[in-house]
Amino acid sequence: MVDVIGYRREAPGTQPAHLFPGYASTVKRAPSQSLIKIPHTLTEVTGPLFGHDRIGPNDADLTKQGKGEPIGERMILSGRVLDEDGKPVPDTLVELWQCNSAGRYHHPVDQHNAPLDPNFTGAGRIVTNGKGEYRFVTIRPGEYPWRNHYNAWRPAHIHLSLFGPAYVTRLVTQMYFPGDPLLPLDPIFNSVADAVARDRLISSFDIETTIPEQALGYKFDIVLRGRAATPMVD
Amino acid sequence: MKLIPTGSQTVGPYLHVGLTWLTTQDIAGTAGGRRIRISGRITDADGVAVPDALVEVWQANPQGKYAHPADKQDKPVDSAFKGWGRCPTDKDGVFEFTTLKPGAVPGPGNSLQAPHLAVTIFMRGQLKHLFTRMYFPDEAANADDPILNFVDDKARRDTLIARKDGEGRYSWDVVLQGRNETVFFDC
Ligand SMILES: [Fe+3]
Repeated sequence: MVDVIGYRREAPGTQPAHLFPGYASTVKRAPSQSLIKIPHTLTEVTGPLFGHDRIGPNDADLTKQGKGEPIGERMILSGRVLDEDGKPVPDTLVELWQCNSAGRYHHPVDQHNAPLDPNFTGAGRIVTNGKGEYRFVTIRPGEYPWRNHYNAWRPAHIHLSLFGPAYVTRLVTQMYFPGDPLLPLDPIFNSVADAVARDRLISSFDIETTIPEQALGYKFDIVLRGRAATPMVD
Repeated sequence: MKLIPTGSQTVGPYLHVGLTWLTTQDIAGTAGGRRIRISGRITDADGVAVPDALVEVWQANPQGKYAHPADKQDKPVDSAFKGWGRCPTDKDGVFEFTTLKPGAVPGPGNSLQAPHLAVTIFMRGQLKHLFTRMYFPDEAANADDPILNFVDDKARRDTLIARKDGEGRYSWDVVLQGRNETVFFDC
């Protein structure tokens, strides 16, 4: 007999649905049958752990990975990874990817007619410290067109992937910038129905982490699922 | 204090930029034990292969213990076996892993879960990842598995069970939508 304390379930509207026709690619890729709700077992409350040894010296500084300086506006992206109770999530892997300042990904599928930057691949990674903090140095990504609908443009965003302490705390999200005029038009951002939850996807400008003469600071805290209060009994 | 978990957003079509550095198709690594190979193909509502998905696997070791501090079972651990894999699908929608067959792990109450892999699937066109599981064929324990038994429809339950393709080889296809749609979990 193994007592397992599960993780909390999502509040309505705070996570996107699988099918969201405004984002056209969901139509053929979302399940048509309802998901089957299962209790959290030892399988779901355990998960992979990645140590600080996986991270190289320039992995969190995307401006130092090429032979020269990448083009664009330097920025610092920092914040904390927390659980629903506001407790820091230490020692967890955060993976980041983004396009360059012209709105082009270093990826063969990206055929957008904008220049590639030989000094910018747009990939980074870090493991949070003991206080759940992470910090990246990067270049502010550009907006880019996509074919979802006529004249569709993605707001500037940075992709982030996190693990947390368990299989069910896995999260892939996108971070946006304050005041972006494309946000109200973007189906991916607007797939989160709850306005408060949606606004949590927007970073905030931060003068404290801005480096004089060097780089603007943006803060983005990420919240992973928290533990349920009582053990799940079935 | 109660915070709202950050909303999920799609990995998009350029996921490889940030995620393939950690591709781990050989889950067995340097751990001792007999290797098995698992491969499968992901298809959409039209039966078209999905070439831009990412599959992640989480599993117990052959003794049925997870490499994680929350697993406090008194069972042997081979520190070389971590039980996690990641594989992007290729142009034909195919993924493949080499691993060790997991053992049975405890389920709710006094139940036992049949050997299984927990599988997470990410792709463009999915705003949040899908959770599913892969079980093994010819496992008597499948009949009493507490999670498989949440799936009432026998035909649907069978979508979670791999096919044996020869000695130590299994295949397990994932159908996102439509006929033979794979069972996905809310967990
Ligand atoms: Fe993107």
